[in-house]
Amino acid sequence: MSEKILSRNFDRANASTLAGYRESGGYTAWDTARTMEPAALVDLVKKSNLRGLGGAGFPTGMKWSFIPKDHAGPVYLVVNADEGEPGTFKDRYILERDPHALIEGMVIAARAIRCKLGFVYIRGEYVQPWRIFSGAVREAREAGLLGEHFDIVVHRGAGAYICGEETGLISSLEGKKGWPKVKPPFPAIKGAFGMPTIVNNVETLACVPHIVNRGAEWFAALGSKTQGGTRLYSVSGRVKRPAVYEAPVSVTLRQLIYDYAGGVSHTGKLKAVVPGGSSAPLLTADQIDVTMDVDGCRNAGTMIGSAGIVVFDESVSIPDALMVVARFYAHESCGQCTPCRESTGWIYKMCKRIVDGKGRKDDLDTILDVAKRGAGTTICAFYDGAIGPYISYIEKFRAEFEELIHRGGPEMAPQTPQRSARPGEAGTHLGHA
Amino acid sequence: MTPHPAPPVSGPIAFSAEQIAEVRRLQSLYPDRRGALLPVLHLAQETFGYVSLDVEAYVAGLFELSPAHVHEVVTFYTMYFQAPKGRHVVSVCHNLSCHLAGAPAIIEHVKQRLGIEPGETTDDGRITFVSVECLCACEAAPMMQVDDRYEMNLTPEKVDRILEELR
Ligand SMILES: Cc1cc2nc3c(=O)[nH]c(=O)nc-3n(C[C@H](O)[C@H](O)[C@H](O)COP(=O)(O)O)c2cc1C
Ligand code: SF4
Ligand code: FES
Repeated sequence: MSEKILSRNFDRANASTLAGYRESGGYTAWDTARTMEPAALVDLVKKSNLRGLGGAGFPTGMKWSFIPKDHAGPVYLVVNADEGEPGTFKDRYILERDPHALIEGMVIAARAIRCKLGFVYIRGEYVQPWRIFSGAVREAREAGLLGEHFDIVVHRGAGAYICGEETGLISSLEGKKGWPKVKPPFPAIKGAFGMPTIVNNVETLACVPHIVNRGAEWFAALGSKTQGGTRLYSVSGRVKRPAVYEAPVSVTLRQLIYDYAGGVSHTGKLKAVVPGGSSAPLLTADQIDVTMDVDGCRNAGTMIGSAGIVVFDESVSIPDALMVVARFYAHESCGQCTPCRESTGWIYKMCKRIVDGKGRKDDLDTILDVAKRGAGTTICAFYDGAIGPYISYIEKFRAEFEELIHRGGPEMAPQTPQRSARPGEAGTHLGHA
Repeated sequence: MTPHPAPPVSGPIAFSAEQIAEVRRLQSLYPDRRGALLPVLHLAQETFGYVSLDVEAYVAGLFELSPAHVHEVVTFYTMYFQAPKGRHVVSVCHNLSCHLAGAPAIIEHVKQRLGIEPGETTDDGRITFVSVECLCACEAAPMMQVDDRYEMNLTPEKVDRILEELR
């Protein structure tokens, strides 16, 4: 197993305090970075091949370089800590166990983009991470690490997956409902409060101090040709040791499942794997030699996304799993685009009736048709993310769906509950319906 | 069973002087004070129990926004309650990893124990029970959120203990 870089403080009791962080060499990268020109910092990160770890995998240094050079007003740094992609839980570890790593990464990034104010948007349900991170920000401010030159506002969300999408997140930060916006303009040109804004994931920024301390070449060499570094893989589902594992981005899915997570649990026989959060197309058991970098996953017809891995053993019903995933997308669509709003609801209903043994012969083709038609037609990537599972689960395990439709009668797997409802709207929690 | 109101908040809807100062401080943190709307709505819910139309109107006044704007925000997010909720909120995750680890059985168990469906509140106003999407603690599935904290690696026995302690 490789050196722990991002996770090196996760098991140290006092690492979330400033003193504890300093003991592990904390804020020495800032000492270096504060003497560097902004352009040199952007170059350094470009050379490191760091790519965004929130989902889209965009090269971080390049993103930073998009801030207009001639802009006179404020520039903002917004940290995406709205972690919500099903199967992903690694940012929670950084916020709770190594909050100063994010703060140090932010201070350095802020210098690189000439920014004086940063926001950290933490999902509303993360109350404990929010408290710990806010405490770390106060400590950093008292120690003069934050202040006149750059300060941080910690912001709490209120429950909506779509606020993880960067333009939805910006709308929400501005005090509106979290509706994504049409791009362009990209946030780097016109973002939060109308100003040029860099949106980066928590883990992406936590990499930055290490790049400053140990060099771009070192970071690049840890990874693959087109992506540097290690990253945090969230592994859950039917594995023996579900947890966050740090590994080089060139690790294979096989290694993560068997060497890191202890192998497949329950029947012990692998059936399929969600490799990058629920929006990533499903891989079958014979596809796990894929390398888990952005390009490796793309070449295998899926995506690394947020690196949230969910393992299915032989006993998992694929139609049942798709029903659960489809319920999520139906619930979380923000409702702005017709294909997304309507299809996610229809497809969930069809999946549900298939699992309930009431599936119709043409349901599968209808789902595939509806899913494919909407591809690429919507404001944000949410809908393209939803189609990933619809198509891959059905195309890769069609016989299992057909069997269920043919056989009829309720599926043997445990029945899942009604979708959630809030007081006052019991039973009608179809989000947009 | 229908959602049952918790004890109503008594008195007029107004923040204390300290809370008003906190609202102004929050508003000053953002380039546009409207940025503080979500945090202030959290504060309002903590104070008044839930975000009624009257609370929306009150908060709108603090932002010089129309109540319709505030309503649009309140209804968009799952964490703002528009009707009275129980003294405790129990949110069981029903997404993929929790589902694979037995969330349906946990949800069934909570239903039986409390005698209510997801979305409802117990008659004594003690607990509101909801089933929710991924809370991003899938390594400890099945799990749930109880008020401010995450309760992980649930078993029916553990759920019983937790529910028992909620007063
Ligand atoms: C529907 C949707 C949900 C997303 N959720 C998250 C999220 O929870 N956290 C995150 O960092 N990025 C999320 N993203 C990706 C962001 O839009 C954005 O690409 C990312 O925050 C940029 O940071 P990075 O370049 O450092 O990865 C999501 C994207 C989409 C389309
Ligand atoms: S694709 Fe879906 S989530 Fe994204 S903006 Fe359109 S309706 Fe909203
Ligand atoms: S699926 Fe339940 S916490 Fe992620």
